Amino acid sequence: MTNEKIGSVIVIGGGIAGMQASLDLADSGYYVHLVDRSPTIGGLMAQLDKTFPTNDCTM
Amino acid sequence: MTAGNEFNRGFDFRAAIYIKYAQAVPLAYTIDRDLCIGCGLCEKVCLAEAIRYDDEPRRTELEAGAVILALGNDVFNPGNLDVYKYAEFPNVVTSMEFERILSATGPYLGHVHRPSDLKEPEKIAWLQCIGSRDMNQCDNPYCSSVCCMYATKEAVIAKEHSEHPLDTAIFFMDMRTYGKDFEKYYNRAREEVGVRYVRSRIHSIEEDPDTNDLILRYADESGNIQVEKFDMVILSVGLETPKELKELAKRLDIDLDKDHFVETATFTPVETSRKGVYVCGTFLEPKDIPYSVMEASGAACGAEEILSDARGTLVKEKSYPEEKDVSSEEPRVGVFVCNCGINIGGIVDVPAVTEYVRTLPAVVYAEHNLFTCSQDTQEKITEVIKQEGLNRVVVASCSPRTHEPMFQETLKDAGLNQYLFEMANIRNQCSWVHFKEGEKATEKAKDLVRMAVARARLIQSLPQPTISVDHKALVVGGGVSGMAAALGLADQGFHTYLVEQANELGGNALKLVSTWRGEKIADGVEEMVRQVEDHPLIDVYKGSNIKEATGFVGNFETTVSQNGTDVTLKHGAVIVAVGAEEYKPSEYLYGEDDRVLTHLDLDSAVASKEERITKAKTAVFIQCVGSREPERPYCSKLCCTHTIHSALELKEMNPEMDIYILYRDIRTYGQREELYREARSRGVIFIRYDLEQKPDVKKNGDGISVAVKDPILGRDIEIKPGLVVLACAIVPRDNTPLAQMYKLALNEEGFFMEAHAKLRPVESATEGIFLAGMAHYPKPIDESIAQAKATASRASVVLSKDELTIEGVISHVNEILCRGCGKCEDACPFGAIAVAEREEGRRAAYVEGALCKGCGACSVACPTGAAGLRHFMDSQVLAMVEAGLGG
Repeated sequence: MTNEKIGSVIVIGGGIAGMQASLDLADSGYYVHLVDRSPTIGGLMAQLDKTFPTNDCTM
Repeated sequence: MTAGNEFNRGFDFRAAIYIKYAQAVPLAYTIDRDLCIGCGLCEKVCLAEAIRYDDEPRRTELEAGAVILALGNDVFNPGNLDVYKYAEFPNVVTSMEFERILSATGPYLGHVHRPSDLKEPEKIAWLQCIGSRDMNQCDNPYCSSVCCMYATKEAVIAKEHSEHPLDTAIFFMDMRTYGKDFEKYYNRAREEVGVRYVRSRIHSIEEDPDTNDLILRYADESGNIQVEKFDMVILSVGLETPKELKELAKRLDIDLDKDHFVETATFTPVETSRKGVYVCGTFLEPKDIPYSVMEASGAACGAEEILSDARGTLVKEKSYPEEKDVSSEEPRVGVFVCNCGINIGGIVDVPAVTEYVRTLPAVVYAEHNLFTCSQDTQEKITEVIKQEGLNRVVVASCSPRTHEPMFQETLKDAGLNQYLFEMANIRNQCSWVHFKEGEKATEKAKDLVRMAVARARLIQSLPQPTISVDHKALVVGGGVSGMAAALGLADQGFHTYLVEQANELGGNALKLVSTWRGEKIADGVEEMVRQVEDHPLIDVYKGSNIKEATGFVGNFETTVSQNGTDVTLKHGAVIVAVGAEEYKPSEYLYGEDDRVLTHLDLDSAVASKEERITKAKTAVFIQCVGSREPERPYCSKLCCTHTIHSALELKEMNPEMDIYILYRDIRTYGQREELYREARSRGVIFIRYDLEQKPDVKKNGDGISVAVKDPILGRDIEIKPGLVVLACAIVPRDNTPLAQMYKLALNEEGFFMEAHAKLRPVESATEGIFLAGMAHYPKPIDESIAQAKATASRASVVLSKDELTIEGVISHVNEILCRGCGKCEDACPFGAIAVAEREEGRRAAYVEGALCKGCGACSVACPTGAAGLRHFMDSQVLAMVEAGLGG
């Protein structure tokens, strides 16, 4: 086994947390494989109507 | 073929081939293989030939340097709980279902109806802790952390949506509004919106079979059974780890704890039991959106730390052909009109619009496409730009919010400046809204394109200057958060300055004994201090203060004063981790009797095993001292856990000690709930009090007497403790000077304000400056470290670049017209425009491009027309208006 590191990361789960982690990694120079079981990303949060305290639309 | 639409929780139907929801990313159809009858019609009718009907599942092997688990969690299914009759009564729904009922994209288009008869409900009840804090009906002892707030939000929004007055009642045990600005929202819901909160235990729900109304039977706080009728009952369901995730964790060889959440430790909050595998979000413990986002960036930091040598090895910068100078050319506009499949083409006569466009001045080329956004059309556009010598491009299709960046990319590929592009939205703003009136929609589409062409003729190439980035970082504050941020940055290879006011590192953590999980805090802190001090890339400035700061993202200059000597440090990013402090109360005999202690006093007395602690026969803890009061309307988040943890420690030292905890709501959120259960089982007595009737602590001869009204017994109780511990608020430090130096906003209480409460919880509104730990809001060590690591990850997005590109659409000042009045400076929310002496005796405004967000506030404020926003100049906008009116 060599010490050569691979500059990519697998992120499993494309909800709000997985998307944020992927963006951070991709924006700072790492290749990201984002894997989700659903055909779309967004996770549970996409199903919420609004978020407090501003009652912003969750989309 | 139809099936229940999972996205709307089964309230409506979807086909066997479907898009999950209108805003789905990627916005593509999926075939439900279980439901599909195999007719293959979809493949035949798809105009874009996008369906590969005989596609098979494929197995792909990926190699990567690290893994991040952001698997989320499932909401609890209450179907098996007898009491709530979820499966039986149609008007008993879960909170997730109610989210869909409230949503404009939900089954009732945002109108509040109940399922049984679609009647608009007049009375709705929320039942809290369904599938949480419950060892009897299910096996979830933990608190799900999010339900108190979402129930409150749902009640507020339901009241807003209702056409008639709506009665909303939330039945709860403890109201846990412990997050930043949560308590204020709760107060507003209760006092202004009129949401009722009923402290109770639910006995049963029955249904009136004629009306489907629900009869709720519950015990109030004094134990009396009450009966009330509701039109709907919402079950505030908690979060739990589903079977698939438990199995996946096993396959991945990741340890889960007894509640089936990923096992982590306080000082390594995003690391799993397997090296190189990080975790974030609700798979780790139930939590809300901001903390999921923080942990996500924290987990990214973990991966970035171990992979920093390989950063940039698998990604490559895209290169573009040299940009053509079109400034001296007459405008040559090319227009691409999109059918968007049948979205536009099915309503608007697209060929007619294209024909019409050809007649407009300066238009030298026009065509229409099935999908202008498709890959082959991009290649076509690039070709046409070159062949026809286009120097302006208009696309008439959908929303620039989603597609403008992609088309701008195409322009760059063709050697044009990206700002020589304009879009007309003939879908969202035309065909979708006028789908019943094709002819009129066609006329409107012509108007919209004519306006876009009118503006396109006048738009100009804009420069996008770059600024260099200093790769070093500055961390202000050397507590646990500051140290975690510094280590996160330095381990990624960024040289970091760490400035601490005190003469030693460690901050508040030095005064604490153990975490709620029982880990010794001193061990963790000492290890961090050692790592920080030994790190070759961290320069520590102890006994130091920030004296002055200037600059902007990528290029800050901060003057640090240490022992009267000033050093000026240059750095590209700033992490603010100045912490917070314990409130020193002026009530409950504090400072008058040495048997009255704060949490920190108690921790140090316990650490040195003082006799006043070990010998005490009775101890009273008073919660919310200085918190959740009118002058400090927030929950300090840590104190319930700290109190109960300390109570258990005292019981450990002296099992005979009588311990009373006087509280308003017990807020042992998440898995901390376990401590609460343990304390009760070990005989700690919990007595609730109201803000209006706070406990009375008096000297009584040599002793102390504490009087409090017990709401269950309904009478006053007197305790004579040997020890009174005050769970004091966590208050911000004097953050104003630092906030002013770095142009940061503070909230009403004096904590630093994040850029967005939900989605940007670690960034300040000023680019390049990030917030970690208790400077942002009271939080425990694990959350502080996760947030600190998050700042290191967010900062690395800036620090890993050699240069940053400044947005072209920014303000500029015509110095000839400027009188230097400074109105623009007052109007700018970003500190991007300022009046300065530009030449001898002449003052004029100046825009710092790196700070400008292109909002245009200065151009509105400017009385002489000197300040203007590029790309939205008066002439360009007025040309559109004229074209719109003059069709």
